Amino acid sequence: MTSIAKPRIVHRGLSRNRLGLTVRDYEGGMSTLCAGCGHDSVTAAIIQALFELAVPPHRVAKMSGIGCSSKTPAYFLNASHSFNAVHGRMPCIATGAAAANRELYLLGVSGDGDSLSIGLGQFAHAVRRNLDMLYIIENNGVYGLTKGQFSASADIGTAAKRGEVNEQPPIDPVQLTMALGGTFVARSFSGDKDQLVPLIKAGMRHEGFAVIDVLSPCVTFNDHEASTKSYAYTREHSHEVMHTDFVPPMPGITVSYDKGEVVPITMHDGSRLLLRKVSDDYDPHSRGAAIEYIRTQQRKGEIVTGLLFVDESRPDMHGINSTTGMPLNELPFRSLCPGKRRLAALQRRYR
Amino acid sequence: MDPTKTDGTEYFHRVVDCQWACPAHTDVPEYIRLIAQGRFTDAYLLNRQSNVFPGILGRVCDRPCEPACRRTRVEDKPVAICRLKRVASDNREEIGDRLPQAPRHRNGKRIALVGAGCASLAVANDLIPLGYECVIFEALDKPGGLMRTNIPAFRLPASVLDEEIDYIVDMGVDLRLSHPVQSMSALLEEGFDAVFVGTGAPKGKELKLPGRYDTDRIHIGIQWLESIAFGHVTSVGRRVLIIGVGNTAMDCCRSSLRLGAKNVKVMARKPRAFFKASDWELEDAEEERVKIVVNHSPREFLVEDGKLVGMKFDVLEYEFDDRGRITDSRIVDEATLPCDDVVLAIGQENAFPWVERDIGIEFDKWDVPVVDPTTFESTREGVFFGGDAAFGPKNIIWAVEHGHQAAISIHKYCQGTSLTDRLPRGVNLTTAKMGIHEWSYSNDYDPAGRRIMPHVDLKKRFRKLNIEVELGFSAEDAAAEVERCLNCDLQTVFTAGLCIECDACIDICPVDCLTITPNGDQETIEANLKTARLEAEQPLYLSGPLPHTSRVMVKDENLCVHCGLCAERCPTGAWDMQKSTVVIPYALDEAERDEQLCQTAQKAG
Repeated sequence: MTSIAKPRIVHRGLSRNRLGLTVRDYEGGMSTLCAGCGHDSVTAAIIQALFELAVPPHRVAKMSGIGCSSKTPAYFLNASHSFNAVHGRMPCIATGAAAANRELYLLGVSGDGDSLSIGLGQFAHAVRRNLDMLYIIENNGVYGLTKGQFSASADIGTAAKRGEVNEQPPIDPVQLTMALGGTFVARSFSGDKDQLVPLIKAGMRHEGFAVIDVLSPCVTFNDHEASTKSYAYTREHSHEVMHTDFVPPMPGITVSYDKGEVVPITMHDGSRLLLRKVSDDYDPHSRGAAIEYIRTQQRKGEIVTGLLFVDESRPDMHGINSTTGMPLNELPFRSLCPGKRRLAALQRRYR
Repeated sequence: MDPTKTDGTEYFHRVVDCQWACPAHTDVPEYIRLIAQGRFTDAYLLNRQSNVFPGILGRVCDRPCEPACRRTRVEDKPVAICRLKRVASDNREEIGDRLPQAPRHRNGKRIALVGAGCASLAVANDLIPLGYECVIFEALDKPGGLMRTNIPAFRLPASVLDEEIDYIVDMGVDLRLSHPVQSMSALLEEGFDAVFVGTGAPKGKELKLPGRYDTDRIHIGIQWLESIAFGHVTSVGRRVLIIGVGNTAMDCCRSSLRLGAKNVKVMARKPRAFFKASDWELEDAEEERVKIVVNHSPREFLVEDGKLVGMKFDVLEYEFDDRGRITDSRIVDEATLPCDDVVLAIGQENAFPWVERDIGIEFDKWDVPVVDPTTFESTREGVFFGGDAAFGPKNIIWAVEHGHQAAISIHKYCQGTSLTDRLPRGVNLTTAKMGIHEWSYSNDYDPAGRRIMPHVDLKKRFRKLNIEVELGFSAEDAAAEVERCLNCDLQTVFTAGLCIECDACIDICPVDCLTITPNGDQETIEANLKTARLEAEQPLYLSGPLPHTSRVMVKDENLCVHCGLCAERCPTGAWDMQKSTVVIPYALDEAERDEQLCQTAQKAG
């Protein structure tokens, strides 16, 4: 926790994006998380990514539930919409927001407790619906706010700060999302912004449900030697299989790359992802092979990171339901509320 | 790149830009902090330790510290360091019992000091507490040298000068006023153990143009100012031309206004960017409606019937290269300006007609004595030079520093030890962490702008010659200005072995001056910095390899505002804010070392 405010200095080295904003314009309040918390690094990565994408802050809706992770939307994008939902219930609120205004960028920040324990049911259905949002899980394997009990993502064999060892199998949000039909699945590490920032940009631009499982060490309760989610352990065991470079849509600019090593993916808005294979035997387009690979590596004690699976072809919630193309607040009143007679006609169809 | 070496004295001293820029290495951030705490007397005494004349320098210092101030790299204007020094001086309490005193028993050594200016006084200030007998010979009937004769009373009141000179004289200086030294060899024969020459640069430069000696209305700037200071000159004509645009010219033009001139012009040969005068002195003169005329080169004094009527100038045009340097000039016109008086303020130089050239004191081809830049000893053993007398005209604060160094040399010479075996400077570091979220300094960045010094009303200030124009900061101004200091002496100290590379410091830094990057050559590291390196002069602080990834932490010292957030957000204490104190040895410290060595030798013997 910090009581000293970050001074607002517009220094000479500070650049401006397409909107004329500096990275400081994407910041929020002062973090009250523990010094060294991984979540603060994720916050910084979000700020950097949104600054680089030149997203207008007022077009973003920050969604969260309950937990250390869910506090973090207060620490970025002061000028955005925000909703802090009941524990584990963020996905349904986000669904409502997306249904009402499809032009909002929905950015959800949740934790392993909020998404994998109390909110697992909500999370699973948001994946199935392919809700158009970026859903970041700040995963540290413990319940930090309640003093460090194991969470649902704690690995077998990892120890709590006082020594007790976890025996229950973990829920891996990456494998779970793939199994549920997720269309953008990534894993990253709070301490690796080179990887995380492009992933957040890609996730923001993905039309559908984008999940990034970010290993984000709890510096207070889970950064000790017997932990499998400490800074040291994560650095030592994580292995990037697919490095993502994000190329915003810019007419007239061609990007040169070696076709053998790079898999280009064009996004709906024209931006491109250049996936650079770090491991030869990995295929980010095959759901089955990807799950198999992750499992195999997991058994060897390796944490696979990067953009692990992506499918730009599936329709999102609006596409599936053939909803109107405009945000509801922009629809003419007559279309939004067609009147008594049309309602009666509709009701007759169901009688 | 190799990790930055911080164990020597240089590195952390350099980070404190103001203290590094100050010739006497005044501990600026610390005295500003003392002022902020209302400890004006302590602030004054801390100043006095290094610069000896805080009241004087708080008004008329050349302020090399201010252009160096870190604040100029965050916003336009530096902290008003000089003005805050005056705040300490204006608000101090009685300090008599806290000043150094002469010991009851003198050590039997007699030192002759020639000239009672700032250099000699600084030497006496350091040597008298060690038991030396200091005899100052002064040609004029008042001490102070150029501080009294060349700085007008409306900038530096006599009372301030007298008070600070008296602190030194009252320690027991044998001050012999109206006692010009006519011959160095005669002085040397008087049997002094050492001689210090602090006679300044008392000779104003001449401008030998047609008509120069046909009238008595052409004055040499520094002599003219001296005549005004001693009341020999009390009036001047209506129209005055000042030739030259240095600080002396500023004093001459403003003095003219107070002697009754109505139309005063300062004539400059070159464009404004090349003026030698300090910006604030130019501003103050222009506030008084002095007109500064550029690109006019003097050609002739116009004298009719023995009366000065005007001056003829060549009007010049310059060509510049892309870095703004003059590459060529040509005369494009001529101009005649009517005037009643002309004051020449085009520079000053040393003059040693009283030093015989055959007594072992060598002079170089410019007729300036050959002086060692460390020991200040001339080519004759036991004869030392300092201040403007040593290396030509500089300023008060340099003269004071010369005085400190010469005092060390004189002490060593008299004790028969090596002049070059001097105590090195040191830096002490102490953590500023007091507890959770508690630091022993005010680290909130305050975006307030520089306070403006209030001046006496334009109508009132010309009524008398000695009305001090600057009124000094009010309590409110001082309270706001002290908070502008960025506490550069609170060093960010990094311990690589403790870092867990959580990025907390990098994320929180408000000026993006931190980067964790793989090590490489300087070019690679600079390319990886989070914010481009803007000042190559400012060092990079590079750590050793970090434990997890062997990458390195790099800090660009240029940008840091010393807010302490990196240390505040560091979970392992790898970053710490540590108060640095630069330890500067004076003659007293050398004497203490001698005593310790002596005691050790006695014990061993």
